Amino acid sequence: MSEKLFQIIKKACESCGNDRARLMDIVIAVQKNCGAVTIDAMELIAKQVKVQRVDVESVVSFYSFLSKEEKGKIVIRICNDVVDLMKGADNIAKAFSETLGIKVGQTSADGTISLEYTPCIGLSDQAPAILVNEVAITNLSVDKAKSISKALLSGASPESLTKEFGDGNNSDELVRSMVKNNIVKKGSVIFVERVAEAGLKKAITLKPEDVISIIKSSKLRGRGGAGFPTGMKWEFTRAAKGNKKYVVCNADEGEPGTFKDRVLLTEKFDMLCEGMAIGGYCIGSDSGIIYLRGEYSYLKAFLENKLSKRKKASLLGKSICGKNGFNFDIRIQIGAGAYICGEETALISSCEGLRGDPKTRPPFPAQKGYLASPTTVNNVETFCSVARIIEKDAAWYSVIGTKGSTGTKILSVSGDCSKPGIYEYDFGVKVSDMLKDAGAKDTKAVLIGGPSGQLIGKKDFGRIICYDDLATGGSIVIFNSSRNILEIVKSYLEFFVEESCGYCTPCRTGNVLLLNKIEEILEGKGEPSDIKYLEDLCSTVKVTSRCGLGQTSPNPVTSSIRNFREVYEAVLKTNEDGRQPTFDIKASLEVAEALQGRKSVIY
Amino acid sequence: MDKTITFKIDGVDVKGCPGQTIMEAADKAGVYIPRLCYMKDLTPHGSCRVCTVKVDGRAQAACTQPIAEGVEVENNTDELNEKRRNIIDMFFVEGNHFCMFCEKSGNCELQAVAYRLGICAPKYPFQFPDRSLDATHPDIFIDRNRCILCGRCVNASRDVDGKSVFEFVGRGANKKIAVNSDTLAGTNMSVTDKAANVCPVGAIIKKRVGFAVPIGKRLYDTQPIGSDIEVTKS
Repeated sequence: MSEKLFQIIKKACESCGNDRARLMDIVIAVQKNCGAVTIDAMELIAKQVKVQRVDVESVVSFYSFLSKEEKGKIVIRICNDVVDLMKGADNIAKAFSETLGIKVGQTSADGTISLEYTPCIGLSDQAPAILVNEVAITNLSVDKAKSISKALLSGASPESLTKEFGDGNNSDELVRSMVKNNIVKKGSVIFVERVAEAGLKKAITLKPEDVISIIKSSKLRGRGGAGFPTGMKWEFTRAAKGNKKYVVCNADEGEPGTFKDRVLLTEKFDMLCEGMAIGGYCIGSDSGIIYLRGEYSYLKAFLENKLSKRKKASLLGKSICGKNGFNFDIRIQIGAGAYICGEETALISSCEGLRGDPKTRPPFPAQKGYLASPTTVNNVETFCSVARIIEKDAAWYSVIGTKGSTGTKILSVSGDCSKPGIYEYDFGVKVSDMLKDAGAKDTKAVLIGGPSGQLIGKKDFGRIICYDDLATGGSIVIFNSSRNILEIVKSYLEFFVEESCGYCTPCRTGNVLLLNKIEEILEGKGEPSDIKYLEDLCSTVKVTSRCGLGQTSPNPVTSSIRNFREVYEAVLKTNEDGRQPTFDIKASLEVAEALQGRKSVIY
Repeated sequence: MDKTITFKIDGVDVKGCPGQTIMEAADKAGVYIPRLCYMKDLTPHGSCRVCTVKVDGRAQAACTQPIAEGVEVENNTDELNEKRRNIIDMFFVEGNHFCMFCEKSGNCELQAVAYRLGICAPKYPFQFPDRSLDATHPDIFIDRNRCILCGRCVNASRDVDGKSVFEFVGRGANKKIAVNSDTLAGTNMSVTDKAANVCPVGAIIKKRVGFAVPIGKRLYDTQPIGSDIEVTKS
């Protein structure tokens, strides 16, 4: 065990106060410095923070950005989300693979470069995209992939790959990223010129209960997708017993096709912090945590600098805006590649330095959340909306949108359209109008709310986006008539299989079985009874799964059967010889024939 | 205990006290709810989902859901039993189970629940995963082929034995039980630990006691699993 490793670990642990609950920060620091969290490293970390080695191993083995085996100093992560695949991610991967001389999943012999696939990295509007360590490279072509490979092979740093900066804060000296915001449509709530901190300054002149009641009468609902009334959540958290309470911002948007929080973090971070501080004021909390997905690490330094600026301006810290006794601070918790951590209780587990397993409910976070204290977890967009609602008022807000879905919704639009990007609409926008705005032509299908939402066809394009009709956390993926629905379903199932935490049986295994069957159907081995098989399996997974992941992961299958049944029927056929289509007698006889040294007489 | 909560399971009144789960109240009342990961006196894991019931129409795990006044719980319904069979089927195909020569056969809760629910053979395709064994310990061996990831050994070792010998590693279909050393022999596990005595299947097996009970005298040879609970029914 090297002294160097010991020193790195000691430093990482001490900077986190040897606190077991900060294990995520510790293992991420070790991974960054050493290229792995080896068994030796786990042993040392365990001693330092006083847990068992297997506890550390349990955490490290959960997150895809952490590894026991050493990875290259440079890790290239190719996004293989459906949208990226549509834009040629396969060829990009091939180009990297050929130029670097390693397969995807391998590390170069000299240990400098690793090549991997990764699910949606929040850049669907500029796909195909990759991450080189923390640096995002967008709009890739095969030629660019080759030249990047060559540059890296000759020792270029990931940072040097960025030649041009994107718009807005993407060009800030602490971001220096080529990522673009692509804000196509601005609405009246979030992407609007407004007096900074007006909401916060107004909130502290009111009683916390009154602020909550404004939010309640605004009828704001959670923007992460589940749509729980925000005011009610805050009321519960405020009422819950506990000396210490927490405000947590879910900035772990991982739903394939969503990237709105990336843009909000880049351009509206102060508005988000304002909303969180209002949240702290409402529920009586002095501590906020922003759970930032690992894929957005490139924003971390910029955001932390923003936080310290807010502290200096008395917008965070002690006696905020001069209000005696109103203290509120925010720390950023970085993730390490796990979709499930967007589920609020899994997110809390991760913040506590555990595997990102969802927690048993009840108790709900409002009663018992982060470190067993009452906690409210809200989406980035929700907090931004809160700031604006308090600045204006509930009456102003509640006439925007529809009766059951007030306000605006930010959509991340990508796929087959000429204007992918961010669209802030009043709730109630018709799908067909959105498609027109996005420059979508020859559209066959639209995925509303990502794979855990609904795949709809033409007959539903007249429907509207709102909680009571087509609900969405914001991911909109457009498919034109050239796309194969079954291939899309397969890709999304692969995603869920990869991202299931494995805690409960139906999600851990049910999704694998769904994928098996779709693959079989794609291979031409499907039969008519497969529709019922799929429907039964989907129902079991949806009804019995423990959290939202499994409760929605069969949606690509159920909604494609419902809306594109003809696609299934076209390939599901009864075998002429009466055998199950999955049974290939010739293939089954191959081994026996080889042993016998002759062909079957009958077949 | 001064307050009684009354609710219904399949239309029949059941009484319990505040803080009890549906599973605890049902057991006491002599109503069997099929289960696998749940074990009395261990922290409910809520992972197998076999005990899924409907509470006022909403699916919940009976082992973690607290009882509430006046709720209507559905338990022994065709719909739920079908879903339970599907989950049991998933266990059989996600691992490598070989009842016919497993030491646990006849005493195995997975096998017994499968029989009780009327499963003869799983309908899903076998996954035949490659899973490892650990026979290094002098008194215990681990066969991950037969593990159903119920978490009993994890909880028992941590909460009862105070040792944390076991923990889960990996995620999704790659999730598995790991031990707090390179091998089980390297841990402080003892055959008298609670963790060595909670496995519902043949994944944690004590050495030198296999097949000791003859067929016909095993736990579930003459009556189905859950009969002991139903005995208490008045």
